[in-house]
Amino acid sequence: MPAASTRYILICSGKGGVGKTTLTANLGIALAKQGARTAVLDADFGLRNLDLLLGLENRIVYTAQDVLSESCRLEQALVKHKQEPNLALLPAGNPRMLEWLKPDDMRKIAAMVGDSFDFVLIDAPAGIEGGFRNAMAAAREAIVVTTPEVSAVRDADRVIGLLNTEGVKPIQLVLNRVRPKMMANQEMLAVDDVTDILALPLLGLVLEDEQVIVSTNRGEPLTLSDTQSPASRAYTNVARRLRGEAVPLIDPSKERQGLRAKIGRLMHTKIF
Amino acid sequence: MTLRDLINKLLGREPASATTAKQRLQLVLAHDRSDLNPELLQQMRREILEVVSRYVEIDLEEGDVSLETEDRVTALVANLPIKGTRPLMSGMSASGGATVPPGTRP
Repeated sequence: MPAASTRYILICSGKGGVGKTTLTANLGIALAKQGARTAVLDADFGLRNLDLLLGLENRIVYTAQDVLSESCRLEQALVKHKQEPNLALLPAGNPRMLEWLKPDDMRKIAAMVGDSFDFVLIDAPAGIEGGFRNAMAAAREAIVVTTPEVSAVRDADRVIGLLNTEGVKPIQLVLNRVRPKMMANQEMLAVDDVTDILALPLLGLVLEDEQVIVSTNRGEPLTLSDTQSPASRAYTNVARRLRGEAVPLIDPSKERQGLRAKIGRLMHTKIF
Repeated sequence: MTLRDLINKLLGREPASATTAKQRLQLVLAHDRSDLNPELLQQMRREILEVVSRYVEIDLEEGDVSLETEDRVTALVANLPIKGTRPLMSGMSASGGATVPPGTRP
């Protein structure tokens, strides 16, 4: 039986490309660095990528599929991270798994993994179809990732609707790829706009950061070694908040210094 | 209204795109959440106006039935300006339930 305290967290979004897998990888590393035993499950069987982002793509021998068909033991399929032994990846199987995988299979895998971990992060596929429903079955709480764009927010809303129906809670929001300058100029949905519309508490705010692309290229999540870049700090703070620490959110308008920022804020001021 | 909105208005410029984005999102989500398409809503609007106008004289041009959402709860909101009461209802207060008192509209 998995420990009752194991936290099963679904990381999901409606739209693809908003940063789910990047968040899963960075959060996994950050939690592990903070001492929590963490497993990341790639539940995106159609288009898997978590292995690549963690730099573990060459070390995969067995997958979730082999565990389910009992061709191997769970310990054989779990890939330990090189530098961060507290983190392990359970790779997604072959896309053909989608044809027969049932929500019960995901529950079974998650329960097995939960045995030896404090956190189980489940990287869901984008969308609201079968693959997402399977991934959702194993979750007890959820983090919805969105960017401040109309299409991403709309699709996030659909996912939140489904999570509500299935009784997955709490659901928290990570707002990704925020551009402070555009926000100050009101050319991008404000943080409050998104949290109001989706009616979710904000777990983290991640600024657009070129370092994310560099780290993805290398297969080394930012949180592994970089502690200074804005995105790395944001991911680390999300991990700390998940563990119950009260870490204040950054104020995107304060992230920009200088005259332009001041004028931007002045233009934002309510006059009547 | 923010300073930026005011300047935009004075210069006759379009509002900042974030404002437009929020308005469009709120509208589209109200429809998504209620699973009502605009056509169905129009039909409902016509029928509601029809029923209400049996009892009171309403401004058909101004009458509005729309979806509003707050905190993930969607409500159907009807805003029907009453121009006057029907003759058979004479004797009743003309302003009861009206959002705009009669006589205030051109």
